[in-house]
Amino acid sequence: MIATKTIPDFSLSPRVDQVGIEERASRVTKRSIKNETKVNGLMLALNMIDLTTLEGKDTDGKVKQLCYKAQHLLDTYPGLPTVAAVCVYPSMVKVAKTALGNSGIKVAAVATAFPSGQAPRDVKIRDTKFAVDQGADEIDMVISRGKFHMGEYNFVFDEIAAVKEACGNARLKVILETGELVTYDKVRRASDIAMYAGADFIKTSTGKISPAATLPVTLVMLEAIRDFYYKTGKKIAMKPAGGISKAKLALHYLVLLNEVLGEEWMNNEWFRFGASSLANDILMQLMKQKTGVYQSADYFSID
Amino acid sequence: MATKTKPGIPKESINLNGNGHSNNGTEPKRLEVLKTYKIYIGGQFPRTESGRYYHATNGKGELLANVCLSSRKDFRDAVVAARAAFGGWSARAAFNRGQILYRIAEMLEGRKAQFIDELMKQDSTRAQAEAEVNLAIDRFIYYSGWCDKFQQIFSAVNPVASSHFNFSVPEPTGVVAAIAAQDSSLIGLVSVIAPIIAGGNSCVVLASNTKPLCAVTFAEVLNSSDLPGGVVNILTGKVAELVPFFADHMDVNATVYCGAEANMQQMIKEKSALNVKRVQIYDKVKWMSEEAQSPYFIMDLQEIKTTWHPIENIGGAKAGY
Amino acid sequence: MAVKKSNTIKLKFDSARNLAPAPESKSAAKINERYDLFINGKFEKPSGKKYFATINPANEEKLADVAEANNADVNKAVTAARTAYEKVWKKTAPKERAKYIYRIARMIQERAREFAVIETLDGGKPIRESRDFDVPTAANHFFYYAGWADKLEYAFPNRNAQPLGVAGQIIPWNFPLLMAAWKIAPALATGNTVVLKPAETTPLTALKLAEIIREADLPPGVVNIITGAGETGAAIVNHPDINKIAFTGSTNVGKIIQRAIAGTNKKATLELGGKAANIIFDDAPLDQAVEGVINGIFFNQGHVCCAGSRLYVQESVYKTVVQKLKDRMETLIVGDPMDKNTDIGAINSKEQLETINKYLKIGQQEGAEMYQSACSVPRKGFYCRPTIFTNVAQSNRIAQEEIFGPVLTIQSFRTDDEVIEKANNTPFGLSAGVWTDKGSKIFNLTTKLRAGVIWANTYNKFDPVSPFGGYKESGYGREGGLHGLQAYINLV
Repeated sequence: MIATKTIPDFSLSPRVDQVGIEERASRVTKRSIKNETKVNGLMLALNMIDLTTLEGKDTDGKVKQLCYKAQHLLDTYPGLPTVAAVCVYPSMVKVAKTALGNSGIKVAAVATAFPSGQAPRDVKIRDTKFAVDQGADEIDMVISRGKFHMGEYNFVFDEIAAVKEACGNARLKVILETGELVTYDKVRRASDIAMYAGADFIKTSTGKISPAATLPVTLVMLEAIRDFYYKTGKKIAMKPAGGISKAKLALHYLVLLNEVLGEEWMNNEWFRFGASSLANDILMQLMKQKTGVYQSADYFSID
Repeated sequence: MATKTKPGIPKESINLNGNGHSNNGTEPKRLEVLKTYKIYIGGQFPRTESGRYYHATNGKGELLANVCLSSRKDFRDAVVAARAAFGGWSARAAFNRGQILYRIAEMLEGRKAQFIDELMKQDSTRAQAEAEVNLAIDRFIYYSGWCDKFQQIFSAVNPVASSHFNFSVPEPTGVVAAIAAQDSSLIGLVSVIAPIIAGGNSCVVLASNTKPLCAVTFAEVLNSSDLPGGVVNILTGKVAELVPFFADHMDVNATVYCGAEANMQQMIKEKSALNVKRVQIYDKVKWMSEEAQSPYFIMDLQEIKTTWHPIENIGGAKAGY
Repeated sequence: MAVKKSNTIKLKFDSARNLAPAPESKSAAKINERYDLFINGKFEKPSGKKYFATINPANEEKLADVAEANNADVNKAVTAARTAYEKVWKKTAPKERAKYIYRIARMIQERAREFAVIETLDGGKPIRESRDFDVPTAANHFFYYAGWADKLEYAFPNRNAQPLGVAGQIIPWNFPLLMAAWKIAPALATGNTVVLKPAETTPLTALKLAEIIREADLPPGVVNIITGAGETGAAIVNHPDINKIAFTGSTNVGKIIQRAIAGTNKKATLELGGKAANIIFDDAPLDQAVEGVINGIFFNQGHVCCAGSRLYVQESVYKTVVQKLKDRMETLIVGDPMDKNTDIGAINSKEQLETINKYLKIGQQEGAEMYQSACSVPRKGFYCRPTIFTNVAQSNRIAQEEIFGPVLTIQSFRTDDEVIEKANNTPFGLSAGVWTDKGSKIFNLTTKLRAGVIWANTYNKFDPVSPFGGYKESGYGREGGLHGLQAYINLV
């Protein structure tokens, strides 16, 4: 039997006990990350960032500056990695692609009528194809939460599969917008739908809805990834996005990742942070580790 | 033992025939049917497996009946019956248990005359006998009412600090082995059985050795009261012989001893340690008094079970009122 | 797409365990070189002049010398408690009693860090647990019972609650401070005085508590804390002027106590052993269930009387659950209890480690399959890696006897009836766990399982308001909550 060909009944997705999952998530916050573990973790977190700007007022200038920052996080600190990707609207893909050149930093584009996803399927497909044509390496799509709440799981599934097809070689991140799904049971169900429909990543949030990423919601999704991996042998990547702006919290996410999926996921092929201000906080912490002196934001560039 | 009079026939009854009319002496005297006093195990009335008996006499030493001298094997059989009955009895609706206890009281009321008769044979005055039977009936009514109420009084919803629903409720201890008061034929027996079964336990009870008649008749009442067989098992016999087994049987969860003998109390407590039985000693209770009934007697043979379950709490901020 | 078979897939967790050391500082705690007996409000030298060493099980180093109380010392302590009861405590207004107990609660909170460090050094439990569980829960217990002192007339309808007199309390080594709190707080609230003996391997936090009790100005003799081993305990149990024995420990010793006091009017509450069933149905939230199993058996190195040591998994999810369990076990950090990242600390004593190892052998001899996580353990000190046994039968000794270590047996089951029967098929009845998403099934199980504490979709939760105690050979009486008051009163 080839498990991946069997599409499960998503209404039977495993249930999640809220109190239990939150207890488990809070336990990782008790891990005390020190010294070399901390430095390594912070470096890794930097390297996992999808540096993001998703505003109506985004301009070529803004995106170019962001792309510069992506490649030069802090030039006075030798040996720093770059971020993993820059995440922009489709209209900015070309600008970003050019600005990043051959830095190795990926360009991710949000597509499919981001952030609400309230558009006909052909619009979403065209949106995706446009971004891919412009050179996007990765597509961040949103699922149709309304249809999901209506129980039309096949609709959601087919839409993801169609967008995946439109992606070509670009990797597909499927945004569940967990803040609109509300319960962990639904997050789990949506994760399963996305993975079986062909997602390369599952991602928590657009960043436009509160709450965005949280540790427990990420844990639910990591557990879904693990179960999927055991069933199918296929690795899926994870991207919590929104609300992760502190280095310490990023380390908690990495502990969580390490304890649920293990070492093979501990790189930016399999895990990303969708964040804009996280990078500077990590840089401040790295400087503190290096110099032993608490840092000021005035010494770290904002782009 | 020598018999001085015919067993089971009080003098006054000689003047009565089966219809209760006075015998004018012209008709031939009707020979009265004597009652065989047997033990009560699993809803049946067997004789003791040992075949042994003893004479129950009144204070003057007159023979009242041949009574089963139960053996440890009878006790063993009774425990098996009690264990088998426990699950069903404890799982019954409390309301239903209350109804059955009420039914027992009804049946007692209906056979009041017989109990008064037996008590008088066992040296009570009529007034004493009537008072004892009345109280026995009322005591069952009292405990009938408690069947579906003591849980409410003695339960608790515990406000734990975490997001869990937590509550504690009484549950029956299990199979109770009880040695009823030896100086009382009916009220001591009734007062110890009623709270045990009101709380959902099953039991094996050793009746008064010297005043066993009411116990056997009471078993007949139980047997006609919708009480499932095995919930109450009643043995007659010698306390000293049977008590060690009441205390050390591994399938008995609690021992009740209604007596003041210190070495007996100590022996019961010691042997009960074998499987950590709960031991209740009622040595100062005046069974005819009001203090001899309370829900605390029920609680003496209850365990407290505490249950935890998580409470989901999502979107709390918006759902406030 | 290439599809690997699931049994070839293995997640790797080495890096999850290899974190840089994050040790808690020992400087937070002041440990004396030598401790005397706390009798009548003073620390007194033992009349036999004997002391014994208490060691740190994490590295086998000596922490302090502790006095050994003999019969004369026990007698002195009981006399002090009796005098304090008759002359002072019995006559102290309930609301004043309450304030003393509140004061103790507050002082434990103030010195929480010190208590946590000493608890971990002396007993081997992870600092994370002593810091986040033992110490705060102990303080909360005093806080909860303090409030009962002047409200007892509301606790027992139509009855008047009277104190018993002098309570002799003997506590185990698995939760030294918390068990002291569980014993002392309700005893004081109900107006009794106390002679308490901590376990010989873990006396230090109780002695620290003695310091607090003195600082709190509790009248001398109301609480006496004396140290020693089994003989000291026996002297307390057998002392004629004690009205009540409260014991937490093994079922064997509990039975000895029950026999020892048979010829007396001493009341007793016994909180004894357990072999709890933890039951996972196929519709359960499996990841949370697995986490519950982890907490159930590896919390405090499995030195927990209510540990969920018998796991029953419905056959249709058996493989999945075992897989998840093994993955989670791989992430558990075993080692220095003072490290903030340690999940499983040191086994409390050499003797206990030997007992556990004996059972590991027995399990393998019985044909069960043993799995231990790949973690390394320190060379010095007493450690046991988290262990599970599969291929276990109900008739295996490892599935029947209390091991009191991080050792879990796993059996599969098919139907509800079967698992209820197997779960109850034990002389113990302290606790049980059930995991299912179906509400009506939960209530079926929680009603039919014969145990004093049932955790449904959770495990090993404790709270001062929540009564704790067993059915059958797990003991009698309750500690905690309203029902915990009953252990220390006569109703008139």
